[in-house]
Amino acid sequence: MPAKESRRKAKLSRQQYLDLYYNMRLNREVEETMTRLFRQNKIVGGLYSSLGQEAISVGTAYALEKRDWMAPMIRNIGALLVKGVPPRDIFTQHMAKYTSPTKGRDGTSHFGDLENLHIVSPISMLGDLIPVMAGVAIGGRYLGQKIVTMTWIGDGGSSTGVFHEGLNFAASQKAPFVLILENNQWAYSTPVQRQVPLDNLADRAKAYGIASYIVDGNDVVEVYTTTKEAVERARAGEGPILIEAKTFRRRGHAQHDPAEYIPKEQREFWEKRDPIALYEAFLLKEKLLDAKGKKEMEEKQASLLEKEREFAENSPMPPQETVHGGVYCSGDDCHKIRPKWERPIAEVMPPRSSVVPVWTVEGFGQGKSSADKHAPIHFGDVRPEREKQAPKGRTVQKSDKKPAAKSAKKGGR
Amino acid sequence: MAAITFLEAIKQAMFEEMAADPSVVLIGEDVGVYGGAFKTSEGLLEKFGWERVIDTPISESAIIGAACGMSYLGLRPIAEMQFIDFIVCAFNQITNFVAKGHYLWNAPAPMVIRGPSGGGVHGGPFHSANPEMYFVHTPGLKVVYPSTPYDAKGLLKASIRDNNPVLFFEHKFLYRRIKEEIPVGDYTVPLGKAAVRREGKHLTILSYAAMMHTSLEAADALAKEGIEAEVIDLRTLLPLDEETILQSVKKTNKCLVVHEDTRTGGIAGEITALLCEKAFQELDGPVLRVTSLDSPVPYAPTLEEAFLPNAQKVFATAKELARY
Repeated sequence: MPAKESRRKAKLSRQQYLDLYYNMRLNREVEETMTRLFRQNKIVGGLYSSLGQEAISVGTAYALEKRDWMAPMIRNIGALLVKGVPPRDIFTQHMAKYTSPTKGRDGTSHFGDLENLHIVSPISMLGDLIPVMAGVAIGGRYLGQKIVTMTWIGDGGSSTGVFHEGLNFAASQKAPFVLILENNQWAYSTPVQRQVPLDNLADRAKAYGIASYIVDGNDVVEVYTTTKEAVERARAGEGPILIEAKTFRRRGHAQHDPAEYIPKEQREFWEKRDPIALYEAFLLKEKLLDAKGKKEMEEKQASLLEKEREFAENSPMPPQETVHGGVYCSGDDCHKIRPKWERPIAEVMPPRSSVVPVWTVEGFGQGKSSADKHAPIHFGDVRPEREKQAPKGRTVQKSDKKPAAKSAKKGGR
Repeated sequence: MAAITFLEAIKQAMFEEMAADPSVVLIGEDVGVYGGAFKTSEGLLEKFGWERVIDTPISESAIIGAACGMSYLGLRPIAEMQFIDFIVCAFNQITNFVAKGHYLWNAPAPMVIRGPSGGGVHGGPFHSANPEMYFVHTPGLKVVYPSTPYDAKGLLKASIRDNNPVLFFEHKFLYRRIKEEIPVGDYTVPLGKAAVRREGKHLTILSYAAMMHTSLEAADALAKEGIEAEVIDLRTLLPLDEETILQSVKKTNKCLVVHEDTRTGGIAGEITALLCEKAFQELDGPVLRVTSLDSPVPYAPTLEEAFLPNAQKVFATAKELARY
C-alpha cells in the first residue's frame, strides 16, 4: 500500500511514531492474551474484540493530553492503555477478580478513574456517554480547566436517541468535545447499510452544524493527526467535532459469535489492511524501526503481559461479604468532592456573574437561509442597525454596560 | 420570619445554595431567561449568569447526562425536569448510568433532579404523574418528596449538598396553595428522616406530599369521633425512615398508608412488607391503604376527583381500620 498524503505530511517525532506502534501492539497482545484466557474459561462474561480496529483506539486517545477526559467504549482497550491503565486492570476486570478496578462488581472495560486518569466508565446502553462527556466538557470550561473530552460510538450506536440529544446539546453549548464515530460496518449482525441511509456517517454532523472529518481507521497516523487537529480546534472553542473512522470488525460481536453473516470478500479485503501490519511496514521502510527494535519491543511486551496475566490469575475472587456497601457515597469519609478551580471564582459569583436575561442570540437568523429575501427574520434576531438597541421581550434589569448580544455570548453560546 | 409559599421555598433554596457555593449550577428547559415554567428559577439567570443557569434543548437524557458529567468534576448541578412526567424520557440515563456509578466504579454523582409532580390540577395524563416508585426501586438514588415549604427548602438544600444523586419531587398542587413561616437564613432538613405531624394513639397514617395534608384533614375529622390518628410525613422515600415508622406502629398497632401514586407497586406495598417483617406481632389489624386508582391520571375534573384519594376516603378507611 502506497504511503499516503497524511503520512508524508505528518511531522511526528520518532518517539511519537514508536509510541503509536507500541500501544497498538500492546492493545492487540492484551486482547490475544484475553482470547486465550477466554478459551480456558477464565473470563467470566463476554469478550469483545477490537482486532483490526487498534489504530482508532490508539490514534485517537494519543491525541489527548493528561488533563483531558475520555470515556471509552467496550472495544477501546487501546484507548485505556494509552491513557495509562495497566494491562492487569483489564485482565482482572474481565476475570471478575477482587483486585480489579471495580473489585469484581463489573466486567470488561466498564471502569473508570475520575481522580487521576480522568476516565469515565461506559455502560452497556449505547450513546449515554455522549451527553455525559458533553457535561464534563462544559463543566471543565466552567471551572476554567481548558480540557477537551472524548468518547467513541459505533455505527450501530449512532442511531440511538441519546446520540442525537447529546450531540445536539454539545453543539448548542459549543462544548469542547470530540466524538469518534467508529464505523466498523456491523452492529452485531446488521450491516451499516441496513441501519443508516447514508454513505458517510460523518454527514450526521451537518444536522448539528458542527465540523466533521472522515479518516481511514486503519491508518494510525491519519487517525492521530486528524484527531489531534480536532482536539485542538475543540480546545480553542470551535465546538464539538465528529470524526468518522472507517474500519471493519474482524471478529464477531463477541467471542461467542462466529460472525458467519460477514461476506468472505469483505473479510478478506480488510484482513489485507491490518492496521498494525501496514504501520509496521511503514516504520520499517522509513527506518523508524528495525528488526532489532521490533524484537526488543515484542520481548518487553511479552514479559510485561506475562507478569500482568499472572497477577490477574493469582488474584482472588471478591469475597461474598463485599457484595454489601458502596451503593451510596457516605460523605467526606468516602469521597471529598471539591471541584478544581482554574479561574477566579469571583467571575462566576455576583455581581460579576450577573447578566441581563434576553432571548437574543448573536448571529441567530443571520445566515444565508434567513436573509430577508429568503426567509423571515426569526424572533430574537437582531438586525445590524438595531444591534445596539435594547432587546424587546422580557427584560428585568437595565444593563449599565453590556449590550444584550454580548451578554448572551458570555456563556459561550 | 416570613410566610412563604412552597414555590418560593424552592426558589430560595436554589438561590441561597448558588450564592453560597459556585459549584452549584442549574440546567434544564426554559430555566434561564423565562425563569422556569412555574417560575421557580426566576431571577437566577440575572444573578448568576449564562454559565450557571443553562437553558437546554428539549432533551431530558442530555440534561441528565450533562448534569452527571458536570458532577464528575465536583460540581453540584440541579437538573430540572419541566414536569416530572418527562423524567422517564431520561429513565435509562438515571437508572443505569447515574444510579449505578458509585457502587460499580466508585464514581459519586452529587446532583439533584427536581421538578413539579402530582395531580389535582387537571394536568391530564402527562402532566400529573407521581413516578417516584420507578426510582425508589433503583439502588443508588435517593428520593425526596416534601409536603411543606419549610421542608421543601431544607430538604432541597440538603439534597444539593448530598454526595449522591437525589430525585426531588415538588408537588405542584402545593406550589402556591400553602404558605408557611420559615426562619430567615440557612438551615437544612436531613434526608432519610420522617416527621411526626400529629401525635395519636389509635392508628398511624403514613403519607407524604399533597396527601400528607389530606391525611391531616382526615385526622381532624377522626378526632371528632374520638379516633386519635398519628400522622407521619415520610418526606424521604428512599432511604425510608424505618425507625420512625416502626416506632409509631408499635405504639398504635394499626397502620394506614395514604399516597397519591397509583395502588399497585406504590410505597404502601413496601411499607406493608416492612411491617410484616418487623412488627407483625404488634399489628392489631391489616395494613390498609388509600391510593389513586390503577389507571393513568384522567383529565376531566370529575374523573380526576374519582381517581385521586381525598379526605373522605382516608376518613372512611381509617374508621374501618380503627374497628379492629
